[in-house]
Amino acid sequence: MNARNNNTKKVKVAILGSGNIGTDLLVKTLRSPYLECSIFIGRNLSSKGMSKALSLNVNVSNQGSDAIIKNPDCCEIVFDATSALSHQHHAKILSGLHKIAIDLTPAKVGHFCIPAINLDECLKYNNINMITCGGQSSIPLAHVIGQTQKQVDYIEVVSTIASKSAGPATRLNLDEYVDTTEKGIMLFSNCKQAKAILNLNPAEPCINMQTTISALVPEPDLVALEKSVNAMVAKIQQYVPNYRLVIPPTYENNRIIMSVKVQGMGDFLPSYAGNLDIINCAAIAVAEEFAKKLTDSRG
Amino acid sequence: MKNVIISDSTLRDGSHAISHKLTKEHITAYAKAADAAGIPIVEVGHGNGLGASSLQVGLSLLDDRTMLETARKNLTKSKLGIHVIPGFATIKKDLTMAFELGVDVVRLACHCTEADITERHISFARERGKEVFGVLMMSHMAPKEVLLDEALKMQSYGAEGLIIMDSAGAYLPGDVQSRITHLVSHLNIPVGFHAHNNLGMSIANSVAAVEAGAQIIDASAKGFGAGAGNAQLEVLVAVFEKMGYKTNIDLYKALDAADIVEKEIMDAAPSIKSVSIVSGLAGVFSAFAKHVAIAAKEYNVDPRDIFFELGKRKVVAGQEDIIVEVALALSDKKKRGQHG
Repeated sequence: MNARNNNTKKVKVAILGSGNIGTDLLVKTLRSPYLECSIFIGRNLSSKGMSKALSLNVNVSNQGSDAIIKNPDCCEIVFDATSALSHQHHAKILSGLHKIAIDLTPAKVGHFCIPAINLDECLKYNNINMITCGGQSSIPLAHVIGQTQKQVDYIEVVSTIASKSAGPATRLNLDEYVDTTEKGIMLFSNCKQAKAILNLNPAEPCINMQTTISALVPEPDLVALEKSVNAMVAKIQQYVPNYRLVIPPTYENNRIIMSVKVQGMGDFLPSYAGNLDIINCAAIAVAEEFAKKLTDSRG
Repeated sequence: MKNVIISDSTLRDGSHAISHKLTKEHITAYAKAADAAGIPIVEVGHGNGLGASSLQVGLSLLDDRTMLETARKNLTKSKLGIHVIPGFATIKKDLTMAFELGVDVVRLACHCTEADITERHISFARERGKEVFGVLMMSHMAPKEVLLDEALKMQSYGAEGLIIMDSAGAYLPGDVQSRITHLVSHLNIPVGFHAHNNLGMSIANSVAAVEAGAQIIDASAKGFGAGAGNAQLEVLVAVFEKMGYKTNIDLYKALDAADIVEKEIMDAAPSIKSVSIVSGLAGVFSAFAKHVAIAAKEYNVDPRDIFFELGKRKVVAGQEDIIVEVALALSDKKKRGQHG
């Protein structure tokens, strides 16, 4: 594989967590010109994710974070795709080992990152939090609302994802999802009041991830909004190719609404799992920037 | 004589019917009357439950705290119940507050195939000594075997009762009979049923549920609830009595409570409108009715077409945003048609 050959300049990353998110990340990492997955870590060697990793000739471990503690030179960057509770524990270990942690759980330990908004600023931190899947799809638009409107009283985001794309950790972490997404919206939009809602839809064939953003804005400026929204959508499409606006900014019933659909690249799970795709694409985008920085610093 | 526990959804499901505009006066008057009638459980809140006041579903006139405080003050014998959907409500923000205000019964609800999202909330409520029921919404969308699997999960998390909701009013009595029978024969906890009246079946379906072994039945005074409304509480009290079941509710006082709802709370008595029938046939969440009416008007399309399209897309509770998308798409199609 070309991921094995031309890897002298690639930066080594470990993936912690072998569930849906971790395994999809693995496939994306193997495609990256800047990253090399040196170890794929889970707890159960017979899981679906582990089998996938073995089939891709990736070094695996079932030792959890101990795999990194025992062999600290295995990586410079660690993707954490376990759970919010586990990351609180991993964060201390990784910081002690001077690793760059890119956290895909809603643990809120690290610096909040939306690549389309604050990629450069994130490179100053050692622990980066990817917020949530719904956050990656909605916060850029909430940010644009905050930037273009004079006064924003309230922002609400509702994401609906296919039931099959939500693994056990996502399901157990719904409260953290809501809490973290709300914090992210407020932080990046400067709006004091926000609400996040998540729906799981079991329909077959599975639905694509859809996110609707609504806002209470006393004096809406739709012309400015539409222009900035289009620019933002184009920016996100650079790392998430199938991010599409399905309801353009619309003013109705005294609120601004807009809606996006996110279709995944179909790397590990089928393409309806746009929720996995967007948070993983965002995580890869940040990791690649770190990798470039590390490589440059070595000359 | 067998007992049936009636769980009163007037001040929760009825909230949908008046776009979540319950006032303190409404809650005080009805809670007092329900308490006097001896109704065992009185649910109070936004139509989609705790933490659900939103642009998506509808903003509540009163916040959750005020609604629960008001109800608590006026319920002495009846237990105060709440409807909780994870994804809307969280433990930290919402459940903790509700428990401080003295809620007795927690009805942890989710779409009928997603029981595992209720695990932490059910455990949390049980640990704090609350009476907890698991609620599977939109239950017509899953076969009885799937419903049982999901119900067993809720039972294992600690649910002390399991209620299936006919949120779309899509069932006929035979559907209810087969599902309830299956659940009753495999669960160790009491089984319940929540009806909607889109196809005029709410009383018949509640009767079928009880005959199949259900022990908890949801009902609303005057049927005050989303869409075509729920099973009419005072009718059920009379019917169950006639069938030889005990509800421990005073019929005269239940009738008085129903009159309060009719005179003081509802804008219009729930009725089976043309769109209710279509909604029931299409299997769409009853509480979408008002949103569909608004979108149909705004985009000048037939509300019935919206309902059938929503049914085709298998939308679940909480997906109100799809209504606008569907209305926009139908309106575009119409315009393209007009211009050849």
